[in-house]
Formats: sequence, C-alpha cells, structure tokens
Amino acid sequence: MAPIVSVENLTHAFGKGALRKSVLMNVELALYPGEVVILEGPSGSGKTTLLTLIGALRSVQQGSLKILGQELHGARKQQLMKTRNQIGFIFQAHNLLACLTSQENVSTSLKLHKHIPKREYRPRSEEILKAVGLGDHIDAYPKNLSGGQKQRVAIARALVSRPKLLLADEPTSSLDSKTGRNVVEIMQRLARDEGCAVLLVTHDNRILDIADRILHMEDGRIGS
Amino acid sequence: MKSPFLKSLKTWRQILQAHKPLGWAQLSHQKTRLLVAVTGVAFSNILIFTQLGIRALLFDGVTLLPDNLKGDLFLVSAYAPTIDWGTFPIIHLYKANAVEGVASASPLYISTANWVNPEDLLPSNPSDEGSESGDGPPQITLFPNRVKVLALNPVAPVLDIPEVNQQLDQLNAPDVLLFDRLAQEKLGPVSGLFAETGEVITVMNNRRVRVVGLFSLGSNMFDNGHVVMSDWNYARRRGRDSLSRVNIASLTLDPGADLLTVQARLQAHLSKDVRVLTREEVAESEQNFQASLPNGKVLSFGAAMGFIVGIVIVYQVLYTDVSDHLPEYATLKAMGYSDRALLIVVLQEALILAVIGFIPGFITSYWVYGLLTQVTRIPLTMRADVAFQIFILTLVMCIVSGGIAMNKLRSADPADCFRG
Repeated sequence: MAPIVSVENLTHAFGKGALRKSVLMNVELALYPGEVVILEGPSGSGKTTLLTLIGALRSVQQGSLKILGQELHGARKQQLMKTRNQIGFIFQAHNLLACLTSQENVSTSLKLHKHIPKREYRPRSEEILKAVGLGDHIDAYPKNLSGGQKQRVAIARALVSRPKLLLADEPTSSLDSKTGRNVVEIMQRLARDEGCAVLLVTHDNRILDIADRILHMEDGRIGS
Repeated sequence: MKSPFLKSLKTWRQILQAHKPLGWAQLSHQKTRLLVAVTGVAFSNILIFTQLGIRALLFDGVTLLPDNLKGDLFLVSAYAPTIDWGTFPIIHLYKANAVEGVASASPLYISTANWVNPEDLLPSNPSDEGSESGDGPPQITLFPNRVKVLALNPVAPVLDIPEVNQQLDQLNAPDVLLFDRLAQEKLGPVSGLFAETGEVITVMNNRRVRVVGLFSLGSNMFDNGHVVMSDWNYARRRGRDSLSRVNIASLTLDPGADLLTVQARLQAHLSKDVRVLTREEVAESEQNFQASLPNGKVLSFGAAMGFIVGIVIVYQVLYTDVSDHLPEYATLKAMGYSDRALLIVVLQEALILAVIGFIPGFITSYWVYGLLTQVTRIPLTMRADVAFQIFILTLVMCIVSGGIAMNKLRSADPADCFRG
C-alpha cells in the first residue's frame, strides 16, 4: 500500500547566518491510509514545524516530502495550495467564522471543490454534522455553541470533503476530558471509515490510547 | 398542500445559503459595525453632494442670463471674461445685422444699481422717521442693495421670458421697471407689496422708480436679483452715451440658415473686438470664468475632501474587519483558499457598503438640497447625472479603500494557525 505521506531526510532551519537554528534534522516518516498516528514531545521539539511542512503551509528546504504522491520540495505556491485542498486541518483554536452557521462553516470546505454541486452543500454538511453529534445545531452560530461543540464543527469542516489526510494540532487542549475523548473518538471513527491517515500532535496523555502508533519527537528528531 | 410548499421553501433556503456571499455574511453579522460603516459612507456622500451642490449653485447660477436670452448667436466683447464686465460699440451690432443669414439683432445693456428696500421708505415705519430727524446718518436704515439692471429695446425683445415680453409696452413710461419675484429677500417684499397695491415705488441709484410688473428669473451668488427696464429709461439714468456700448447682442438667424456657417461668416466680417458665440459657448465662457476664480476651485476641492474622507472611513471599517477576522482568514487560507478568493471577499464588502451607504446618503442630500434652495433662494436641483457620478465615485471610493485594506489580508499567515 502506497503511503499517503512520506518524509525522507527532511531538515529544516529558521533564521540566517549565526542565528540559524535547526528545528528538524533528518526526519523520516510514513503515514498509511486508515492509521491514526500521534506525534508527541516537549515544546520546541519541532512538532509544529513538521506539521506545517506536511500541511504544505511552509516551503521544504531540504530533503523530500511527498503528500499523496506529490513532491513538495521545490513545489510552486499554486501546487502547495492545491495540496492543501486535499488535507483536512483541525487547529487548537477552532477558528470558525463567527458570521456563519455550523452548516455554512462546514460548507466553506466544500466550496474549494468545484466538482461538488452547490445543492449538495447542505445535505452533505448536515450529514457530517449529524455524524459528529451536532444534528440539533446545524443552523446555530458559533457564539451559541460550547467549546466542545465548536471543535466538533471544526472536525466536521475538516472531514466533510473526505480528505485522505487529516492533520490535527492539539485538538483537545481546550476541552474537558470527556469532551476531548469524545472528539478524538469521532476523528478516529471517521478516519477509519474513510480510509484516511490522521496525524495528531498532542500533549494530552488521556487520548494516547486511540493511536495506532505513537511517535516521540525531541530536538528535531523522531524516535518511538 | 403544506408540505410541498415547505419543501420548496427549504430548497430555496439551501440555494440562497449556498450562494450567500461571505462578504455579506461578515458585514451583516455585526449590525452595529454595519450601521457605523453605512453611516460613514452616507456621510461622505452627503459631503460630496453638498459641495458639488454648492458648486452647481455657483456654476449654474452664472448661466442664468445666457439661458434666458432669445436668439441663435450672440456678440460679446472679446476683451472681457464675462458679459457683465465687457461692452462693445453698438456699430458692430448694426454691421452684424447686415450680414447674410442674420434676421435681426437686438442689444442688451447690463449694469448694477443700488436698490432700496421699499419697506424702508414706508412712512409708517417709525425707525425711518427717527433716523431722518435723529443724529444717525439715514444711510444706515436706507442701506441699499445691489440689483442687476437689464435694459432692452421694447420693440426688439431680447429676453426669452414670456412674462417680460407680455409687459413690454408698460416699460415705455418714465422711470418704470419690472422686478424679479425670485430676487433675494433683502431687496424687500416687492412681489407681496405689488400684489397688494398694484404698484411699488422705491429708490434706485438715488432716483425714484416704479415697479409696474413682475417676472421670474432667479438670483445667483453674485446678483441679488434682476430688474428689467427699457433702453430709453436706461439712457435717462446713465446718459445718452450709455446706449452706444452694448454688453451682449442677440442675433436671430433667417429660417434655414446654418448656425455654424453664419457664425464663421460673422466672425470674418466683424472686427476682432467682438466674439460671435453660440448659446452654449456663452454659458461655457461664463462658467470657465467662474472656474478660474478661487470660488470654483475651493468648492471642487471641498468635493475632493469628501471623497478622501469617504476613503478613510471605509478603509477604517474594512481594515478593522480584516484585522478582527485575521485568524479566520488564515484558517481559510490553510484550508486552501487562494489569496484572490479572500480579496474578493473584501471587495464584496466594499461594494456592498458603497451600495447600501449611497441610499441614505442620497436621500439626505436630497433634503439638504431642498434646504439650500430655501435658504439661498437660488434654485438647486438634484440632477440625475450628478447623482450617477457620485454613485460611481462612491464605488471607486470603496474599491480603493478595499484595495488598501487588502494589504492587511496578505499578512494572514496560515502557518500561524498551528501556534494556538
């Protein structure tokens, strides 16, 4: 089975000259369809940098990074944007648009896919919102939702266009343990059903057991 | 019956929802901010409208006389920027009359005179008597105002005002004139007194005059009002020589004569001291003269200021909006939205603000125009072409501010989303 993400010998540094500081060193990683991988490690270990690189939000400096078969080293801006279309993102802050309802927020993700007709926006977003347990809050605005509900809308937004790769950065950090648990379980279930790979960065020990693999990162290197 | 209706309602909602522009959602979500923004746009609209309105008062006012002249071509002095100032020897008028294609030529004499409010002369006015017997100089209560005198030959009517032309035979009596009922109030309640008594007597340039009729022409920023008298009365007041120099002559062409051909022929025949102009050229030359004075420039500048104020207000609104939603926009970028798609959102907001801000701006300006007309007694109308120009200006204003606010959008870095 071809990996969804394959990272080979990836090295990344910030700053210039004497201030140059390496954050990633010779990172090797492969993610396969349907697996949930947790990336943990102390702050400053380079987790977020790795996540933004895999998310095509940064240019690759050195080494090889392939997402869904597309080499991102030396890729153009247009290509990076196209790659991002195929990735689902879940952030620590839910970052929902305050002016849109749950259903409309979820639809923003569908709008990026020109082949999905507009009349399907509502049924498809309703379906995914029901799947994350928000069937009663389809037309609610974010200000009327609790923290956990908002994060679930964000998950629905990330998953509605059926991405092959889901990247999540501390998705449970602002949630209590029960809600947090609930949220990652939804992610896990939907990921399995759709055969998508999940890369989850977290400090949260309570959810480590949902992972198929746990990678530990320290000083820009991955151990396990 | 109920359920298909509900179903179609639901379908419509879905369609609307799927097409709802994000820009509109952003704007309408915060009602107070939307109100402030719309007020800002409307305010700058009112500023521009008012400045352009006052400008129109100035520029439309100076063409009042040319617009109400009879005739096809006009002779004016080549040495004066405005017909009020320049005169030319009447011999040119006779010469012009002899040119082929000209049917008739009639002179118009223009000057100003001091006009005394007839109310100040009424014997029942106690302050009047007091000032005559008291220590104070009588000029204080009898302070005259300027009025513009139009003198014409009653057998060669030169004004295109039917009311004047019907009363021409009355002008042959000594010291009589027709008075403009749209004149400024400070000239006195002449039309009211005339309606009451059928005759008003007052003093003009230290000589008694009798108002024997009224007409409507209007005033502008420089002339409080107009009076019309015969050339014979004009000469009685200003000396016989005054009729030898004409301010403007109106030429009526033979039926079928070509305007431009006759104009060229006249200009070739006449001395270089006079210019032969069409009605539009006379109006244009009066307006150009105004535009060359500080007044016109100041008012154009005022309109430009309104435009700039509008840009600043709309820019502030859009900039705050973008700044407040930066994390949201960054998220959209991370999801794969292009810069262009987000720029379109800001432009949408700008355009929506332009359109909904223009409506209250226009309505208020309409009211301001009415107020200005009432206060100045100078007719000011909301012209469709001016309103359209200002609408276009508003669109430009909002797009420019949107363009500036977009720079902020570029600073939305999707990689920031991952740092919580």
